[in-house]
Amino acid sequence: METMKIHDVTPNDLPWKIRYDASRCTLCGSCTAACSFRAIAPKVERRRMVFSEGDFPEPKQRFSAVPVIRQVNSVTNYCRGCGICEKVCPNDAIAPVRNVDTRHPLVVRCLAGDSIKRGGRKNLEATVRTLDKLRVGRISQMTDPSLDAQRHTFDLLSPFGRILPAGKLPLKVNAEGKLVPDGQAPPVRWIYPVIIGDMSIGALSWRMWEGVAMATAYLNEECGLPVRMCSGEGGVPVRLLKSRFLKYMILQIASGHFGWNRIVKAMPHMVEDPAGVLIKIGQGAKPGDGGLLMAQKVAEHIQAIRGVPKADLLSPPNHQGLYSIEESVQKMFLSFNAAFKFRVPVAIKVAASSTSVSVFNNLVRDPYNIVGGFFVDGIDGGTGAAHEVSLDHTGHPIVSKLRDCYLAAVAQGRQGQIPLWAGGGLGRTGDLAADAFKMICLGASGVFTGRLILQMAGCVGNDMGRCNACNTGLCPAGITTQEPALAHRLDPEKVAQNIVNYFLAMDQEFKKLMAPIGNSALPVGRSDALVSTDRGVAERLQIQYVC
Amino acid sequence: MCRIGAIKSLNYIHPSQALLLMQSQQKGHDNSGFAMVMQDLGGIFEGYKHLPTLSLACTDEGLKLAEDMLHAAGFQRVLQWVPETNPQPGLDIIAMPNYVFETFDYPKHYKKATDQEKEDLLLDMRLKLRTALEEDEMGFVYSFWPDVVTLKEIGDPRDIGTYFNLWEPDTKFTARVITAQCRQNTNYDIVRYAAHPFFLQGYTALANGENTFYQKNKEMQRKLHRGYIGFESDSQCFLYTLHYVHRQLKWPLSYYKHVVTPLPFETIEKRDDAQQLLAIRQSLSHLEINGPNTIIGVLPDGTLFTCCDAKKLRPIVVGRSADTVAFSSEVCGINEILPDRDWETDIYPHEREIVVIGNDLEVQRWKQ
Repeated sequence: METMKIHDVTPNDLPWKIRYDASRCTLCGSCTAACSFRAIAPKVERRRMVFSEGDFPEPKQRFSAVPVIRQVNSVTNYCRGCGICEKVCPNDAIAPVRNVDTRHPLVVRCLAGDSIKRGGRKNLEATVRTLDKLRVGRISQMTDPSLDAQRHTFDLLSPFGRILPAGKLPLKVNAEGKLVPDGQAPPVRWIYPVIIGDMSIGALSWRMWEGVAMATAYLNEECGLPVRMCSGEGGVPVRLLKSRFLKYMILQIASGHFGWNRIVKAMPHMVEDPAGVLIKIGQGAKPGDGGLLMAQKVAEHIQAIRGVPKADLLSPPNHQGLYSIEESVQKMFLSFNAAFKFRVPVAIKVAASSTSVSVFNNLVRDPYNIVGGFFVDGIDGGTGAAHEVSLDHTGHPIVSKLRDCYLAAVAQGRQGQIPLWAGGGLGRTGDLAADAFKMICLGASGVFTGRLILQMAGCVGNDMGRCNACNTGLCPAGITTQEPALAHRLDPEKVAQNIVNYFLAMDQEFKKLMAPIGNSALPVGRSDALVSTDRGVAERLQIQYVC
Repeated sequence: MCRIGAIKSLNYIHPSQALLLMQSQQKGHDNSGFAMVMQDLGGIFEGYKHLPTLSLACTDEGLKLAEDMLHAAGFQRVLQWVPETNPQPGLDIIAMPNYVFETFDYPKHYKKATDQEKEDLLLDMRLKLRTALEEDEMGFVYSFWPDVVTLKEIGDPRDIGTYFNLWEPDTKFTARVITAQCRQNTNYDIVRYAAHPFFLQGYTALANGENTFYQKNKEMQRKLHRGYIGFESDSQCFLYTLHYVHRQLKWPLSYYKHVVTPLPFETIEKRDDAQQLLAIRQSLSHLEINGPNTIIGVLPDGTLFTCCDAKKLRPIVVGRSADTVAFSSEVCGINEILPDRDWETDIYPHEREIVVIGNDLEVQRWKQ
């Protein structure tokens, strides 16, 4: 008997254990071939069998070598619980089981001397979501009729761009008593109130990114929904930059400026302006931390688009050279508004924080009127890669922060001048229309969503630690990987179809929420339409408490 | 549901016409109040068209306080008219002790002031009086403006008419434009200020409906102008938006409709003035209205108009004779006061138009 070694890694140290039934397994090899993490492997076991052949019990024993599937005992190739083995097994012989006694957080740190990184989302929130404590409770009855979601028309668009107060609009009355333009106003685009959030072409597989872009174009050109997609930081394929579809894209710039060399070079060849520019200051899932694309994912085409070698690509946590809001405003003014000759709205995205209202106030009072949107990203957002400690322990929830920003604007009579867009875990229950609608009633002009788009595409991860391996480049669904074999698991057309169908369903659901409160235009800031069954939430958000 | 009405005539008309207009619609309201604004005054006020008249319902202390404040500010009274009341037992009315209509001359140092300065003075004075009389409900200052009187009371409109002797036509108390509404506020508290029509600096508005963007309108309007106060009724928002668009922004009346019920985006895109309409829609989205509404408005020059919500969820009829035009929630009201008109020329405005009556009584239909 070997001496027991306590420090050997075994399945009971890992977050998931493999349940394997050798009697059902036909050794077809599907599971081991499909496991992108190499967390399971074939192995030969020595088995002892006791048998008796005569008329009377006469036990004998026999030893044989039996091929089986076993879990790999490793902190690098460990099971993420993605369940792909279960999905491909024809005999229901294998599946991951959550290990409640896992020592993984300790073992990895002790063995590697490095922080734990992962993708996905925050995994610590066990309480009921704030949005689930809100109801659309102001239903039209008697005094004002509800509308008919099927028969009536609804205006489901939101502004993206800086909006001037009416008194400052460049309009004058002409001799015929008509208002006519008299000067230039900042550009404003009216778009669908749900923006497909910023996920870069490096974070996503090229097939996934293509599927999302295809869905965006289809929603615009075939369904009449002016949905915009944000590129994420990491550039855009040159072919798209030079195509007419650029008008559906919001180009993002973040602290790494990845991809902008190509964008700038493509400018003379652009046949359409982009839908907007989004300057990313921070991200809700890992506030105060920059973007992170692990070297495993920096494939050849990513190197080309970004102009970088195959290496870990880290965006700094801060825009280098920006030391104040005034300066950042000037830089936005000089660079991005001017870059597209003041035809394209420029917005910023920040992580929700205790200081968000101060930042917002500074921007809304900026006399140059150049900030065309304030995107606030809450703690429940997703990410391609981050340090686990940032993901799980930093950040600020979105709901009260969005409300604070809106009420700060109301207090100054400036509501709507910088449209507020909210994100961060919206649609987490799969029902984005309801979440978005509640955020709109609380003061958002619209919302943005990224993680939910991945889930529409087939992401198998969840908020309880399942998979969350976007950082590894080994995404078993082919969504956040650059491995050709994995990426080909994903059918871009099916991705596009799922996204399109989801948006069509959501559009119906928006109408089913607007009709009962009797509104044909988006009820931005109509918090009287909401009630809460939680007194604390009601008080904090300044809405009616009901019980 | 409220019932609203308006009469505009080439001749001076007595409020009994307004009572008749509203009385036949009594099944549609709940007989809980009566309020009216009279503009372009005749009778005893005809000679004082350029001087402000105070419309005040108050206690004795309230009256004294108001007069003291006005005198202290330099206003000199030139006319006082206290309607004779007829307090019979059994009348359904919760009347204030005093109703006074007093016309004042401007303070001496305002003799050379511009119209704008005078208009600001009148507004500020009214707001001061209102605040001062709010304590212990000493009084309610409905209007303080040249050529305008306002009456608002809680009770059965018939009995209110009897109490103020308004059923008997005379030539003392008349006007060319009268807007009226029969009902106390039912959505919120019963407050005298909550009854339509609402008046501000020459603008009058009254509505039949429910403004479901009340909170959005209110939050925006509070910061737009010092006169946008009260908000005892969701319909006050219609007045403030009218005042803001027409007086503050100085946009033509036709744009009021574009602010309160903007065209759908797909319609805007096809128009030559898309750029302006989009700019209006985005800058004033918080003044948009939703819910079922019909609005009647009067401009300082006496122009009378009406428009509806974008889905046409509340009724309004426009009827006319050679010398009079009447707006009414129900056609029976017009039948009462203009029985001999050609009813085939009645207009039932649709959701995308403003019907405008100028001082020559020409009826214009402006398509949005």
